[in-house]
Amino acid sequence: MTLLASLISPSFGLLFWMVVGFAILVFILAKFAWPVITKSIAKREEYISSQLAEAERINRELATLEQKYAQKLEEAKNERDKVLSDARKISEKMYDDAKAKAAAETARMLEDAKKSIDFEKKKAMTDIKNEIANLSIVIAEKVLRKELSDKQKQEELIESWIKELNMN
Amino acid sequence: MTYGKIRQVATSLVLVIFFIFSPIFSQNAKAEEEEFVPGEYIMGHITDEYGWHITTINDHSISVPLPVILIDNGLTCFSSGKLHHGEKAYNGYALGFTEETSGSIVKLGGEYADYSGELEEGVVYPIDHVCKYDISITKNVCALLVSIILLCWIFLSVAKRYKDGPMKAPKGLQSLLEPLILFVRDDIAIPSIGEDKYQKFFPYLLTLFFFILVNNLMGLIPIFPGGANLTGNITVTAVLAIITFFITNISANKHYWKDIFNAPGVPWWLKIPIPLMPIVEFIGVFTKPFVLMIRLFANITAGHIIVLGFLGLIFIFGAMSPAIGYAVSPVSIFFYLFMGLLELLVAFIQAFVFTLLSAIYIGMAIEEPHHEEKNSEIVMQ
Repeated sequence: MTLLASLISPSFGLLFWMVVGFAILVFILAKFAWPVITKSIAKREEYISSQLAEAERINRELATLEQKYAQKLEEAKNERDKVLSDARKISEKMYDDAKAKAAAETARMLEDAKKSIDFEKKKAMTDIKNEIANLSIVIAEKVLRKELSDKQKQEELIESWIKELNMN
Repeated sequence: MTYGKIRQVATSLVLVIFFIFSPIFSQNAKAEEEEFVPGEYIMGHITDEYGWHITTINDHSISVPLPVILIDNGLTCFSSGKLHHGEKAYNGYALGFTEETSGSIVKLGGEYADYSGELEEGVVYPIDHVCKYDISITKNVCALLVSIILLCWIFLSVAKRYKDGPMKAPKGLQSLLEPLILFVRDDIAIPSIGEDKYQKFFPYLLTLFFFILVNNLMGLIPIFPGGANLTGNITVTAVLAIITFFITNISANKHYWKDIFNAPGVPWWLKIPIPLMPIVEFIGVFTKPFVLMIRLFANITAGHIIVLGFLGLIFIFGAMSPAIGYAVSPVSIFFYLFMGLLELLVAFIQAFVFTLLSAIYIGMAIEEPHHEEKNSEIVMQ
């Protein structure tokens, strides 16, 4: 019975020390420990949450930038393709043009060559004709000279020419 | 050596030590010739004492002497070693030897008023008076002071860490305590009191939580300076409960008192002509801290009693026969370990519950009238 009583009856000394000690503990901790700790924790929490928000913002920005970049890349690719195809077209056209021009030139040159050949041919023909004529004249002269060595024959010839002239 | 090997060696070492010493313990209990009284043994461990008894080897007790301070016609101080566990008197002061005076210090009367020396058995010593104003550093006071120093050291060093690098990640002791501090803030203070008002009471709640937690844990350490049953002492829990009581009632607003004397949602015939509900509610103001006091005291004391009971079994059976003592020891140790782990949980839970209920009481006292449904919600919890 006394054992139980001693268990549940408060003792003066412990009460005294508990009140004093706990008061000192609360005072010391509330003055030097808790404000520092709680403020630091709150500050850090704020810092962390702000940094997280910042990171999220940056991520979002990065995503939009990436999107923009991809878009730009796409545009650039399209542009490049367009430029390339244009260039190809132009080059093809230039090639075709050049080909056509070359063909025309060739044709013209052929024509010219033909013309000049014809001309040369004609010229040569004329020359040959003249030569032949000259030769004929020379031959004719020689023949005539031989033929017209006697008087009778000269007269016969003149007569034949006159005849011929008359007939014309 | 791998971890498994170390564990194996440690286990066998413990078993060897245990088997070497268990007969000594049993024989020791027998050699004292005094019968082993489990009740006294348990009570001796959970109640307060002058000097801190550690062990008794061959009838020679080893204890840490603590100062006895008495306010009895002026201040008297002497070492508790002078009293020799009640076997000696010093300047007429001795430990109470009758049933009414046991556990306190008495001043001998008559011819023994200034007697120093052995107290013989069979001699009837006259008692002049019991020293009422006894502020000795007893075992519990010593444990209290140790815990206060420990708490100050822990939290001042942690505070310094915070001051030195508030934006750094927590390290060491700081990272152990920060989750607990956040737990007290986010799961106790803010939900019970409210985000806008908790800050005023937060230092008290934190101190309360860590004081109870540290003392509960120190009580589980079986050797000096642990093992005192401080949070299982009614005086200590009473002081804590009374502080909560004062904080609650001093900071209480008009609404709180109005609800006590004119509870809303109660039929009128419970208030007039006999003010049944007001009386019940008013008693509730006192029962709340009373329950706080009893809960912590009973939980911690019960835990200590059960643990001591399991250990006491060894001595009870050892007194019958050393062989039975052997047989019972492993079982007792197993249950002791089991209880020890359970007590570890209880140490935390009780610190949590005491702090939570204190916060809820404070929260109810300062609540503004507009959220009444929230009030009933908290009471339900």
